[in-house]
Amino acid sequence: MAQLSFSDVGISGIAAAVPKNTIKNYEYTEHFPEEDVKAVVDKIGIFERRFAEQGVCSSDLCFAAAEKLIVDMSINRDEIDLLVFVSQTPDYRMPATSIILQHRLGLSHNTIAFDLNLGCSGFIYGMSIVYSMMERSNLRKALLLDGETRSRIYSPKDRKTAFIFGDAGVAALIERNDHFGKSYFSMNSDGSKEDLIKMNAGGYRNPTTVETLQEKVVDEYGNIRSEEHGYMNGGDVFNFVIREIPADIKKIFAYAEKQTSEIDFFVFHQANDFINSYLAKKLKLEKEKVPATIAKFGNTSSVSIPLTIVSELQGRLNDNKQLFLSGFGVGMTWASAIINTKDCYLSELVEI
Amino acid sequence: METRFIELFKETLEIEADTVHLDTVFRELEQWDSLAFLSVIAMIDEEYDVVIEGNDFKKLVTISELIEEIKKRKA
Repeated sequence: MAQLSFSDVGISGIAAAVPKNTIKNYEYTEHFPEEDVKAVVDKIGIFERRFAEQGVCSSDLCFAAAEKLIVDMSINRDEIDLLVFVSQTPDYRMPATSIILQHRLGLSHNTIAFDLNLGCSGFIYGMSIVYSMMERSNLRKALLLDGETRSRIYSPKDRKTAFIFGDAGVAALIERNDHFGKSYFSMNSDGSKEDLIKMNAGGYRNPTTVETLQEKVVDEYGNIRSEEHGYMNGGDVFNFVIREIPADIKKIFAYAEKQTSEIDFFVFHQANDFINSYLAKKLKLEKEKVPATIAKFGNTSSVSIPLTIVSELQGRLNDNKQLFLSGFGVGMTWASAIINTKDCYLSELVEI
Repeated sequence: METRFIELFKETLEIEADTVHLDTVFRELEQWDSLAFLSVIAMIDEEYDVVIEGNDFKKLVTISELIEEIKKRKA
């Protein structure tokens, strides 16, 4: 029963940063004929994405978001006692990017800082860890940073992934306050499905060699990638999502003893519009309660939930709101949360 | 169920001609691709509440095998 509940901890503000560089999917036709591109793009409902310029890392996007949040909310940097950075595209293999960000953000040496290596469920996993630590008595403020440059992971010559992913970074301020009330989390993992979404080489199991970097045709459709590109088995991922996510939702609402009708907004990981629309339909959710950014930012992995909140819920998180969050993907891992917000501050989207 | 399934299958792949029968090798249809695969999975989930994993799906060749697999999983 991997379910947790917390009291009186919550998100008081979020900022998000995306690269200015906009990729228009209909025009992303260097490797595929225009009509094929249109068919794929229409099906997945992703029309634009943001790609970070060369040299810009996830941490830079998070840094920009964090600076914006710190200034907008007049956060005293000395009061930030915890910094967690969620990403699968860190600056280096070592040291951890969170430590570098502690210094760049001008935080004190007393800051607890570490990285969390998770994909699409990562923001919720990260929240649960930060909530756990913040629920104790001594920490004053926490920053949860989450950034991805997913555009760098996938081959532009593999149509199964070429049109889906984009880059973004967010920063969320998490504090203790009794106006947050209770929050609920459900978290899951299934390593038997490790090969549904994967980057085969470049780690320590299959270290980089000349061969792992070589691009080759990998299937009957003529898709091309190397062992160091990510790949995704879309059909099985879809199967996984339609089976596990509705089940997990049932589980968490039973655990929280709540009804879905009490929720103001359902924020799902933005996988692709085919999956997201199907989920919303299957769960019979009202469209107005399910904000989406998949069409304009694509799939930004773990960043997509907070990015969607910042982009789509501006002016809509006034007073008390109850949010349901659901993230699922690479691992496979999946997580959901029911949280309260109270006048949650959302910075204007930063473009760098 | 057979006629209904073929109807749904054709609808899902937007096939209008009379090209889908019980013995049709669906993978050889002009309209079949990885996106069609997703739509068929969704259709089977929606209509029959059945999920067929990729590895099992790969072994299915004809429409009637697909129907048998759904029946087996419903049972």
